[in-house]
Amino acid sequence: MEDNSTNNMQQVILRKLTSTVLRLGFIVLLTFSTSLKAQEGDPVKGKSLYNANCAACHKLDSKMTGPALRNVETRLQETEGLGREWLNSWIRNSAGMIKSGDAYANKIYKEYNGTAMTAFPTLSDQDISDILAYTAEEPAVAAAPPTDPSGQTQETGTPNKLILGALALLFGLLAMALILVRRTLNSFADAKGVDVAAREKSTPIWKAFVQNQFLVLVTVIILLLASAYFVFGYLSQIGIDQGYEPVQPIHYSHRIHAGDNGIDCKYCHSSARVSKHSGIPSLNICMNCHKSIAEVAPETLAEGQEFGVDYNAEIQKLYAAVGWNQADQSYTGESQPVKWIRIHNLPDFAYFNHSQHVMVGGIECQTCHGPVQEMEVMYQFSPLTMGWCINCHRETNVKVEDNAYYTKIHEQLSKKYGVDKLTVAQMGGLECGKCHY
Amino acid sequence: MIVLILFASCKKDSRPNYQFMPNMYEPVGYEAYSESDAFRNGREAQLPVDGTIARGHDLYEFENTNEGYLNAKANLLSPLDSTEVDESKAAQLYSIYCAICHGNKGDGQGNLVKREKILGVPSYNDVGRAITLGSIHHVIYYGRNSMGSYANQLNEEERWQVTHYVMKLKSELEGSQTVKDSI
Repeated sequence: MEDNSTNNMQQVILRKLTSTVLRLGFIVLLTFSTSLKAQEGDPVKGKSLYNANCAACHKLDSKMTGPALRNVETRLQETEGLGREWLNSWIRNSAGMIKSGDAYANKIYKEYNGTAMTAFPTLSDQDISDILAYTAEEPAVAAAPPTDPSGQTQETGTPNKLILGALALLFGLLAMALILVRRTLNSFADAKGVDVAAREKSTPIWKAFVQNQFLVLVTVIILLLASAYFVFGYLSQIGIDQGYEPVQPIHYSHRIHAGDNGIDCKYCHSSARVSKHSGIPSLNICMNCHKSIAEVAPETLAEGQEFGVDYNAEIQKLYAAVGWNQADQSYTGESQPVKWIRIHNLPDFAYFNHSQHVMVGGIECQTCHGPVQEMEVMYQFSPLTMGWCINCHRETNVKVEDNAYYTKIHEQLSKKYGVDKLTVAQMGGLECGKCHY
Repeated sequence: MIVLILFASCKKDSRPNYQFMPNMYEPVGYEAYSESDAFRNGREAQLPVDGTIARGHDLYEFENTNEGYLNAKANLLSPLDSTEVDESKAAQLYSIYCAICHGNKGDGQGNLVKREKILGVPSYNDVGRAITLGSIHHVIYYGRNSMGSYANQLNEEERWQVTHYVMKLKSELEGSQTVKDSI
């Protein structure tokens, strides 16, 4: 009995125990799952938050102004034993952490040469876990679009060649057929004894030509005139570089920068606003953007292959010239000038001022330089001859309104010429001394 | 015909055309951006001599460090008074140099950001940055983080014009924000 009862008792205790263990387990599981839910971020939201707040200084897989952030949470946990708490307070107020003497905070601050990370006090816990979820995503396997377009071009290239080949073959066959027909006809004629048009002997045509002095004279005159025409044409294009399209030391696509991305011409050619020259942009202007753009997008790279250019290699040329160490994200100090080849070049005896045309005249760059935003390789669009300059000065109206300084002279000149709108020529734009002195 | 082909073959687009009397075309003196024996490193473009300030430029006292930035943010004041701020000119400069990343409204949504070429451009009303006239000018002068220096594209007066314009955009952004919040 006793045994039995104790046994029973034990069972009861055990049952109670198991139930409590189970209950505890449930509670633990519940709390754990809720905490898991709270930490589980939405990588999609995280991406937009990341792009808006972090991407200015952090890349996922390479160092930029700040360190790379791929799997930052797990890496920190493993190497430094620092958890979400640390990250939260670092993101919200990194300067405060550095001041408080946190060892790792100070270490990373020193490692990045005292570049302070902007504080993001507005990011909520959820925002931060979204962002961290985005950083924890595996890198998307780069789809291989470069192979596609090349295949396409080949596809489009082969039919053309095929058609041409077929045409050539057809012509060859036709010629063969004609020769064969002629031969058979001749053999028929031989067989039937028909005399095939035996030619009469007469004076050859060249002898008749030489004997006719009038014809000779006319031909000579025509020949002379024609050659004079061509010689004149050749001489008058000497010194004109229209269509000049040199190969530059670094392939720079105006099509991408000015066309696709819509960067203003004056962003790079800033001295066109204020000086005679439109200016060759210095490399630090390239680096304004290419500090963070070391590689082009895969679509852009594919476009480049159509032109036979590897844009990424060209960016590497830029880095080499400007002395930018991509791994360290710092300048090495060893730079070398890029020998750009000047395309538009007026002779020394003609004066031209960009700021006068761009800022005062308000003329679009494309008026003279052509559709630069579509040029993969820059070329000279206009002839840049004197006739071309003068033509434009004769046709272009000057903006005379809203310029109090010139009101009086505008009125006088309008009266003199009896017109409402004044052209550049009427304002003295054809004076020799304007451009030649 | 042969003559024509001969003439045509003389001109190639990859090299400049022939010139008639080149000594009328080619300058005797050195041209901007050219190579020249007149200077020791063979280039025409030279930096100002150490310790000198080129005409039209001024001394900028704040250093290109984080301390310099904070100092400028707190202490640098604009030399322009309200009558000297030319908004149309500033807007023009802003649209050339800044709007491509920062967006026409200053909300960080420029064309390059929309096309995902450059990311993370902050809005001017970003609370963590809390930009001031001094800090804007400092950043235009030296650049900061991913942004480069614009000191060679904008002179001092233009920089201040743009700075004032940025502050105007910032207050507009903050205005629209508070309107949104109140709704």
